[in-house]
Amino acid sequence: MPSFIEHIVGPRVDQSDLKQHSIKYGTPGFLLLIARVMLLVSLFVPFWHMELVAPQYPENLHLTAYVNHLAGDVAEIDSLNHYIGMRPLGEAAQIERSIGVYVMIGFVLMLELASWIHSRWAVLLILPVLLFPAVFLVDLHLWMSHFGLNLDPDAPLSNSIDPFVPPVLGTGMVGQFKTVASPGLGMILSVIASFTMIVALFFHRRAYLPLLKSKKGS
Amino acid sequence: MRIQKIKQSGIAVVGLLALTAGSVFGQSMSDVEKAAKERGLSTQDLLAAAKTYTPTGMKDEYVIFSSGGHSGQVFVIGVPSMRILRTIAVFTPEPWQGWGYGVGDDILDAGNVSGKENRWGDTHHPALSETDGDYDGEWLFINDKANARIAVIDLRDFETKQIVKNPLFINDHGGAFVPPNTEYIFETAQYNVPWGAEYAPMSEYKENFRGAVTMWKFDRKKGRIDMDKSFAVELPPYWQDIADAGKLESDGFFFLNSINTELATGGFGVEGAKNPPFEAGVSMNATDYLHIIDWKKAEKVFQAGKFTNIKDFPVISLQDAIAEGILHVTPEPRSPHGVDVAPKGDFVVVSGKLDPHTTIYSVEKIKKAIATKNYSGKDEFGVPVLDFDSVMEAQVEVGLGPLHTQFGPDGYAYTSLFLDSAVARWTLGGDYGNLNPEPDWTLVQKTPVQYNIGHLGAAEGDTVDPDGKYLVAYNKWSVDRFIHTGPLLPQNFQLLDISKQGTEMPVIYDMPMGIGEPHYAQIIKADKLHPWSVYPEIGWDPMTQAVDPWAPRPKMERVERKGEHEVEVFMTSVRSHFTPEHVTVKQGDKVTWRITNTERAIDATHGFSIPVYNITLSLEAGETAKIEFIADTPGTFPFYCTEFCSALHLEMMGYLMVEPAE
Repeated sequence: MPSFIEHIVGPRVDQSDLKQHSIKYGTPGFLLLIARVMLLVSLFVPFWHMELVAPQYPENLHLTAYVNHLAGDVAEIDSLNHYIGMRPLGEAAQIERSIGVYVMIGFVLMLELASWIHSRWAVLLILPVLLFPAVFLVDLHLWMSHFGLNLDPDAPLSNSIDPFVPPVLGTGMVGQFKTVASPGLGMILSVIASFTMIVALFFHRRAYLPLLKSKKGS
Repeated sequence: MRIQKIKQSGIAVVGLLALTAGSVFGQSMSDVEKAAKERGLSTQDLLAAAKTYTPTGMKDEYVIFSSGGHSGQVFVIGVPSMRILRTIAVFTPEPWQGWGYGVGDDILDAGNVSGKENRWGDTHHPALSETDGDYDGEWLFINDKANARIAVIDLRDFETKQIVKNPLFINDHGGAFVPPNTEYIFETAQYNVPWGAEYAPMSEYKENFRGAVTMWKFDRKKGRIDMDKSFAVELPPYWQDIADAGKLESDGFFFLNSINTELATGGFGVEGAKNPPFEAGVSMNATDYLHIIDWKKAEKVFQAGKFTNIKDFPVISLQDAIAEGILHVTPEPRSPHGVDVAPKGDFVVVSGKLDPHTTIYSVEKIKKAIATKNYSGKDEFGVPVLDFDSVMEAQVEVGLGPLHTQFGPDGYAYTSLFLDSAVARWTLGGDYGNLNPEPDWTLVQKTPVQYNIGHLGAAEGDTVDPDGKYLVAYNKWSVDRFIHTGPLLPQNFQLLDISKQGTEMPVIYDMPMGIGEPHYAQIIKADKLHPWSVYPEIGWDPMTQAVDPWAPRPKMERVERKGEHEVEVFMTSVRSHFTPEHVTVKQGDKVTWRITNTERAIDATHGFSIPVYNITLSLEAGETAKIEFIADTPGTFPFYCTEFCSALHLEMMGYLMVEPAE
């Protein structure tokens, strides 16, 4: 094996050592497996909700974002948004939604790969996955800012509403609508997955750092 | 002792809850008493209010489908709130629903009589479709007494889908009635005429005037009457009146009563005429005839081809009806109005307006009399008359002017008393005897109603499974019940609480009915109705209940010239604009204008109206419509949305420009 690959994948564990300390060496891989399962599940459940509360909608309007599509009262929200000159929701984050599933599968593969790497290079594979929920929210915020701040000046009610950015989590106000944004099960799962990854990294370090040090020492 | 304690503590808890609830809003029973005192309300009134008052957001338990009389409509009313939920335009154009002003005209035209436009109707008897003798909440049928027509209403969108004109007679009363599985819709003639309402002198009444029952085949899958499988059975020229289909034990029978077995032809007020007026002439005989029709037999005879075509409509002749055992009659108290089949189908209740008794016939005895040919004779047309004493089960003295009967779940029957202005509760015998404490066939209670009750309706009270609980008296006169609105006064729908057995049966609500003059109405449990809140898909055509492939869709709107004198418009409507907003055509162009409401929100209806051209549409969310007109008047015509749809509703308009021809 070329030495740089050896350097990246880190030291291998002896069969006897592995048998003796199967929990110690197995824990990081097992935790990453759990994280992968959670990420896979999050593909199929809502990632983010926004509820729009107004007097004439007794059951409220609902917007639900999945990794790859929008659901809920999109048509109704679009038809209301045209009054203030906001572009249709379908035009937002088109690239993100089209690659979302592949990115998620990529993440799963990266975690899979990471569990075979016994050096600090594993961090490089885990870190992007770990940051995913934060990146999702930041991206969402950027799109909402972009849409909320770039209203069509020729829209029917453009004079009566100031540009606005509803919070990506929590409560805001737009016209007579109260917006209540909350994480969906998918996001909760991916946040738990991120914590699991941090814990996995801790156990990873505990298992392989001594091994690495001893290899270096010899 | 222990139970008593639990009960007491239970009451204490409820009381505490009530107090707490009240105190949250800073109110107490003393406030209620004060408000009641100020308005002069009794405890009884407060109790009635508690049973009927429906605060905002609370929904009704039952829904009344009421005939609209000569408004030609159907009214939909909630129970116990007694609020009108909406009207359904049927035989009469109605602008709010956009019925007959560009849309629905084809259906209305199908009800034209001898090529003459008829744009009103006298709706009398609604019939909800039934499955196994119980309302299924899918379809509603109603007759037009004035011109002998039947309409079909789809309860998915509460819109009229079909009107059929009876080719044989010009007036009906015994319709619409349906058998337990709605295979047919029955319609019987009332004021008889020669076939097809052709001319014949009154002196030839007996020879040329005809009675009949028409069996309209209902194709449930298509939701339409199938004219090709419909037929009629000729009846003697008595005035066939109200009817009811048999069920369970009497399934396969159709009962209808008659007046004018005297064959009176009137003529009162004509110089030299000796005849008494109709009102006396038709009331001379002590009895008239209850008609007992074996409709399943009639169906077989029709299918076997034993009919003649009259006015292009298959008719089983009276001779064949007699020979095949389709028709029997039996005496009934004279000038009857209601004939009503009891829930188990075992008894038939007939009330003669001029006899204070209701007469109850046993279906078992009728079947036996038919089987053994127990006839007391034949009528003058050769129809076998079943011996009255052999088919009669009981007679109950209920009061003056008994008309119609409905049923409760507990062995009670309710009969409207026109002259007494009251509702009578009385007990059935037979299998119903054990359901209440009173002896069989006995009057239990009479509750006065205001005034002159016609029909009455108990909750699901004409099905195999009556609910009891509520009864509505459809009173003809209100006299002093409401503020006078000029000399034309509303009728009075009175709600009665019939949930308790025995003599307690109070009136708990008065509802003025200031539209049309309703007759019969049926009351269905609200949860049996499953109407659409918006049309299932954008581009929905309510006439076919499917997506119209031609329906305009967003981004495909256009005005297209098809030929030298033909223009097609493809338009969409959404809050708060039409696309396109300018439509320019030339004088004399034939304009085909399609318009789709692309909304998906509940209640997001748009209207669409064009002045001068007499067009107004109601486009409910998802609906598409097609109108056609000749742009014969040049000018500038603002079209606009007639429903206040949004904050920018006033701005939802556009211009139709018709360029003058050179």
